[in-house]
Amino acid sequence: MLATEKVQPTRKLPWRTATVREIIEETPRVRSLSLDIPDWPGHRPGQHVDIRLTSDDGYQAQRSYSIASAPEAAELLVTVERIEEGEVSPYLSSEVIVGDKFELRGPIGGHFVWSAFMTEPLFLVAGGSGVAPLMAMLRHRAAAGNKNPALLVYSSRSFDDIIYRKELAALAARSDGLKVVHTLTRQQPAGWTGEKKRIDPEMLSRVGFSPKEQPRIFICGPTQLVESAARALIELGHDAGLIKTERFGPTGA
Amino acid sequence: MSEPPVSRGFRGKQRSSDHAARTPPGQHLVNDFPVLSAGPTPRIDLVKWRFALTDGHNKFAEWDWEQFNALPQTKIKTDIHCVTTWSKLDTEWRGVTFDDLLAAAGLDEAPTPFALMHCYGGYTTNVPVEDMLEGKAMVATRFAGEELDPEHGGPARLVVPHLYFWKSAKWIQRIEFTETDTPGFWEELGYHIYGDPWREQRYAGD
Repeated sequence: MLATEKVQPTRKLPWRTATVREIIEETPRVRSLSLDIPDWPGHRPGQHVDIRLTSDDGYQAQRSYSIASAPEAAELLVTVERIEEGEVSPYLSSEVIVGDKFELRGPIGGHFVWSAFMTEPLFLVAGGSGVAPLMAMLRHRAAAGNKNPALLVYSSRSFDDIIYRKELAALAARSDGLKVVHTLTRQQPAGWTGEKKRIDPEMLSRVGFSPKEQPRIFICGPTQLVESAARALIELGHDAGLIKTERFGPTGA
Repeated sequence: MSEPPVSRGFRGKQRSSDHAARTPPGQHLVNDFPVLSAGPTPRIDLVKWRFALTDGHNKFAEWDWEQFNALPQTKIKTDIHCVTTWSKLDTEWRGVTFDDLLAAAGLDEAPTPFALMHCYGGYTTNVPVEDMLEGKAMVATRFAGEELDPEHGGPARLVVPHLYFWKSAKWIQRIEFTETDTPGFWEELGYHIYGDPWREQRYAGD
């Protein structure tokens, strides 16, 4: 976790007003918001934003969300999973309609980022909505025409819970070196021949890059998945310094 | 700046919290203990574990696990605040205060005004020495009466609860005294050099 570009903003990251331009229903529990943000300074794939909501009596609440869109895209996409006991996520995932406004600032974070200039294999491991920042990387990879080997191993509960399912299939069909491996851990559709266990050392060893290829590894998902996948990859011989993690705890909603 | 836009229909949940006075601006209370780390959790063999106080030239003291656990132990109950906006009240830690570490190293006072924490796995973070004196910081080995989990920084982590929790370095290996305030890992990546949650110093320039 040592080699990272340095970014030193010298002035305060301003709160900007984001306007919801489009709402994409990704799964029954997940939606993406396409946001118009005046003077957005741009971002790198993997970075996040802070979103702040204000009620009509001035009460405020803020949370962090990963950016799911490529830097090349015109509008910023955030993907939000509904967490019933949450405070901000139920609003963003159920209440918000096109035209609504809220505050946002960023981009934030400079460690969990990938650039299409990188030539080593890209090895992504996702659980649930943890796929969002990795999707920003894959969209950036496609937009930039990077054809180096890339792999996404993505764990979802069921087929209907796969976020970006059609777009991932389209990206994998480009024959540009990307492979997507889904595992469905709770429920599989009839005729499913893919993976159906939790991501484990055996799966990562069988479908993943060899440590000799020195892939750049990004893992994002619930803490337990991130911990076990990172540990498994180290045991398989991957360099801990090439593994970057982002954890979506049970809280943070 | 101008008034923030009202988020139509947003009510919020924690406005009536009994603990508002203990919740810094922009934070919300949680009951669980989220894990946030930039890389894999290091697995550290206690037989090989060492913890040291150093500066650019000297090693003032170094303890192995047994020696460290023989140092005076202090329990604290405190609130913690993560920059990702969660706060957790009344967390219980046990470990060795920074004051006791200095004393055990035979130092009447810290040799420099600043310190940089170095950790197993490569993480670093900077804290002014003054922010660790008089019981304000400890190297903790136990949380809520149990050994500290590796995910939460075990075997030992710094706890400086009055600053955002990224300052409370997990898997601490060495405190390096520095003449100047030297940015650590997140501080180099745009996070605030000091990180006071009550002044909402999340990012550089805040």
